[in-house]
Amino acid sequence: MTKYKATIGLEVHVQLKTRTKMFCGCSTSFGAPPNTQVCPVCLGYPGSLPVMNGEAIRLTVMAGLMLGCRVNPFSKFDRKNYFYPDMPKNYQISQYDKPLCLGGGVDVEMGEQTRRIGLTRIHLEEDVAKNLHMATWSGIDFNRAGVPLMEIVSEPELSTPDEAMAYLQTLRQILVYAGVSECNMEEGNLRCDVNVSVRPEEQSALGTKIEIKNLNTFKGVHGALVYEIARQIAAVQAGEPIRQETRRWDSEMEETFPMRTKEEAHDYRYFPEPDLMPVSLPARWVRQWESELPELPATRRDRFITQYGIPEYDAKVLSADRAIGEYFEAAVRVSRHAKAISNWVMTDVLRVLAERAVSIEKFPIAAAELAELVELAETRQINSNTARTVFEVMLGGGGKASDIVRERGLTQVSDAGAIEVIVRQAIESNPKSVEDYRNGKEAAMKFLIGQVMRASKGKANPQMASELLGRMLGPPSS
Amino acid sequence: MTQGKKQCGQGVDVKYVANLARMDLSGDEADAFQRQLARVVEYFRELQELDLTGVEPMAHAAVIENVFRADVPRESLPRDEVLRNAPQANADLFVVPKIVE
Amino acid sequence: MDGWNRLTAHELVDRMNRRECSSEEVVRSVLDAIQSKDGPIHGYLSVDPEDALAQARAADTARRNGVSGRLMGVPVAVKDVLNVRGQSCTCASRILKGYTAPYDATAIARLRAEGAIFLGRTNMDEFAMGSTTENSAYGVTRNPWDLGRVPGGSSGGSAAVVAADEAIVAIGTDTGGSIRQPASFCGCVGLKPTYGRVSRYGLTAYASSLDQIGPMAKDVRDAALLFEIMSGHDPMDSSSLPEAVPAAGDLLVPDLKGIRLGLPAEYFVSGMDADVERCVRHAVQQCKDLGAEIVEVSLPHTRAAIATYYIIATAEASANLARFDGVRYGTRATGANEPIELYKRTRAEGFGPEVKRRIILGTYVLSSGYYDAYYVTAQKVRSLIREDFGKAFSQCDAILAPVSPTAAYQIGEKSEDPLQMYLGDIFTVPVNLAGICGLSVPCGFTGAGLPVGLQVIGPALGEMIVLKAGAAFEKVSCAAGRRPGLM
Repeated sequence: MTKYKATIGLEVHVQLKTRTKMFCGCSTSFGAPPNTQVCPVCLGYPGSLPVMNGEAIRLTVMAGLMLGCRVNPFSKFDRKNYFYPDMPKNYQISQYDKPLCLGGGVDVEMGEQTRRIGLTRIHLEEDVAKNLHMATWSGIDFNRAGVPLMEIVSEPELSTPDEAMAYLQTLRQILVYAGVSECNMEEGNLRCDVNVSVRPEEQSALGTKIEIKNLNTFKGVHGALVYEIARQIAAVQAGEPIRQETRRWDSEMEETFPMRTKEEAHDYRYFPEPDLMPVSLPARWVRQWESELPELPATRRDRFITQYGIPEYDAKVLSADRAIGEYFEAAVRVSRHAKAISNWVMTDVLRVLAERAVSIEKFPIAAAELAELVELAETRQINSNTARTVFEVMLGGGGKASDIVRERGLTQVSDAGAIEVIVRQAIESNPKSVEDYRNGKEAAMKFLIGQVMRASKGKANPQMASELLGRMLGPPSS
Repeated sequence: MTQGKKQCGQGVDVKYVANLARMDLSGDEADAFQRQLARVVEYFRELQELDLTGVEPMAHAAVIENVFRADVPRESLPRDEVLRNAPQANADLFVVPKIVE
Repeated sequence: MDGWNRLTAHELVDRMNRRECSSEEVVRSVLDAIQSKDGPIHGYLSVDPEDALAQARAADTARRNGVSGRLMGVPVAVKDVLNVRGQSCTCASRILKGYTAPYDATAIARLRAEGAIFLGRTNMDEFAMGSTTENSAYGVTRNPWDLGRVPGGSSGGSAAVVAADEAIVAIGTDTGGSIRQPASFCGCVGLKPTYGRVSRYGLTAYASSLDQIGPMAKDVRDAALLFEIMSGHDPMDSSSLPEAVPAAGDLLVPDLKGIRLGLPAEYFVSGMDADVERCVRHAVQQCKDLGAEIVEVSLPHTRAAIATYYIIATAEASANLARFDGVRYGTRATGANEPIELYKRTRAEGFGPEVKRRIILGTYVLSSGYYDAYYVTAQKVRSLIREDFGKAFSQCDAILAPVSPTAAYQIGEKSEDPLQMYLGDIFTVPVNLAGICGLSVPCGFTGAGLPVGLQVIGPALGEMIVLKAGAAFEKVSCAAGRRPGLM
């Protein structure tokens, strides 16, 4: 039977991390009551005029630089004309033939393999309003209208739904890293249009392209692609022609459907936006922004492995989030015990962040403070149980680890003489356990160690306590 | 912005264009525009006789670039005032006939 | 003394400062003139006497309290295309019925800051599309010099009310001649500033790359005063020029010695009304007598300007007017079952024929397959037209030209033939295409007693040259200060 191949290209719309809209000073904050973040400009009032948000331009160029794009020396905005109730002016200010960024690519890791998926371009445009559908009418909330949207267009170089997912995840991570977008899916910060076609494997010409619009979850992209590829293959096999059309994904039905309203001929009548002046970014601005770029997540991961000698798994976890990685590195600058710091960050710090649902910026223990705690533990000045206790105290705003240890007298007792006194006491006051131990009950030893630790208020070096006990009790009879 | 080239002056497909412009025309209007615009478009064709090789298109009358605004919020309009201008609105939304997607 | 309505803004400010009259008296005399004359002229779409008098009393109080302003207490008539907070702004269209502007246009805010009073909104061609003010959804405006004739357009209401002393000064807009041509038809002064001089923020757009706001006045000095107040950089308009505006200062130049004035051969061609040509040539001679050196210049692409203008202007308009859809403001057609039907009906009912014609034309020239042939070609010709002026201004300081090939014509005379109507813009549209400035100043009368204007065209940012030349000429012009012998 004929094998089929899919060709997938993605257009990813990303809401930029700006305080205000693309062309006016209205706030972009999410969740405000409907139609409260609107003004003559973003409502398309008669006489209003757009003025570019410079920060949106900068963020788009930053994204382009992160993704290896060329920054267009001359860029401009155009009007894309079509009527829709979510469009205040019934044209969208977008970029047609002179986008801000050209080319570039995303290195996508699929298992052991890394593939570079090429980008066509990145352009900037304004978002549309939100339509709300009621039983007999529709309502429009213009708060989102005019929010800056960056559109990243990939080459049609993806071939499976999994690959598309991996591309999106990598892209998202990079954009969050660059500080370009929050990429918060719940708030619709990242939405996707998918172009997909199928063809028999031996055929070189691409099949008819179908566009699926407005996918706002990665799961949706995956589901829509799986469904659509199967649908198209079935159609081709049945000898049905595939009509070029725009479809939408119904996440409940898990099917795609043709979009009625997008059936009109795409005669967008693009022309240069006369209300906005061209953008010609001076090279020194671009150089300046380039110098402010963070490293890519994958680059950082590899560097963590070689520079700090931590396992690949650790490096991946620590580099997944830019701020976590920076926290880790700040701690490593204070204490060289990189693996121990990695363990603390990956287990305790990330656990607390998850529990409290906060970002690392709001974590109460500074990187240097955590490093001091790790240093105390690693140099055996406190034992690991004590370290955990100190960590909890620090979480509650208890101050520096060394202060807590000193104030509470938690320094580990590693003086053999001092420990011996306690061990002797424990043996003398627990004859039953001693007898049990001697009769071969392993658990009795654990109990005795526990007694020593309790008597020392947890400060005794547990290893030394165990050794001394063993020596003083002699081997159990077997 | 090359959107394909067509021979000009074949007259204006008034119906197609009116649909793009989302504007109903009466039969009389469509006829009159067809006639009038044919002459206007014919007149426009004179431009194509000029030698325009090497001439840059002029998109703006003002020769300025990089006009940016700082990313600083400004006050929005009060919602009451905004919705009062709407032909139809409820408490917080603009109302239109049901959109079928 | 009564008849304050017949004075100029600068005269009135002087008199009010000397307490010879109050703003309230001035506004009352203007309201009286409107009451007695505007019935047949119909220059105003709306006047709010109570509000105007309240503003006047506030200005009088402010003046008594020592607050000064270059227009303190002067009523200004505003073309119905500019947003004035709390006022309607219909653009003489049915589609904007019911719309209340929630903000001031920048030019309005600047006039307000100088104490101006906004007493009424003047009639115009719907969305500024036209040269006669016949394309108003609310009825034609008549020329005060001959009520059977058009006042010109699109700022015909503003020109008519200034000419009829129903206003002290007025604000107009000029996309292809809409200030200069009605000024010429009605015998007043009108300035189209350099593109980018006066912020377009708050001006309901017709053609964004061509539109400019400008003053219409009884003399050059008032035009200069209003220009100076309204112009200057505005961060709300990306096309606003950063250059500082020189103070209008002392325009009382005694003569035109040392000034070179260009005469473009292409502007004196057959088809021009003989009376108009006589008046303009006489004006040229008068300028020469004032000491100006007259040089021949050439603007070879003048003929191409009409086609270029109508392609660019209608293309931009087709997008600019897309927002009028009955969703966010204005009127809405009833009975539509879904949004597209709503748009189609609302726009069918809301727009008049000329607006529809231009939307169709503009949509067509941008539509798939025609974009390069029309729009890109027109943009290239636009470059050539700008270059023409560039070369001409290397030989002269300003250019003298007619404003329009004819004086005011009969109402209805050209309304059936759009192309003939468009051809009448031949001497004004090149200035908008090049983005430069132009002044219309009265220079004579036809045999039938209709005013004729002289156009003084200046380079980009050359308003001061144009205004000085206009002011010097005005002193010797037989038409200066003449008013229609109405009623």
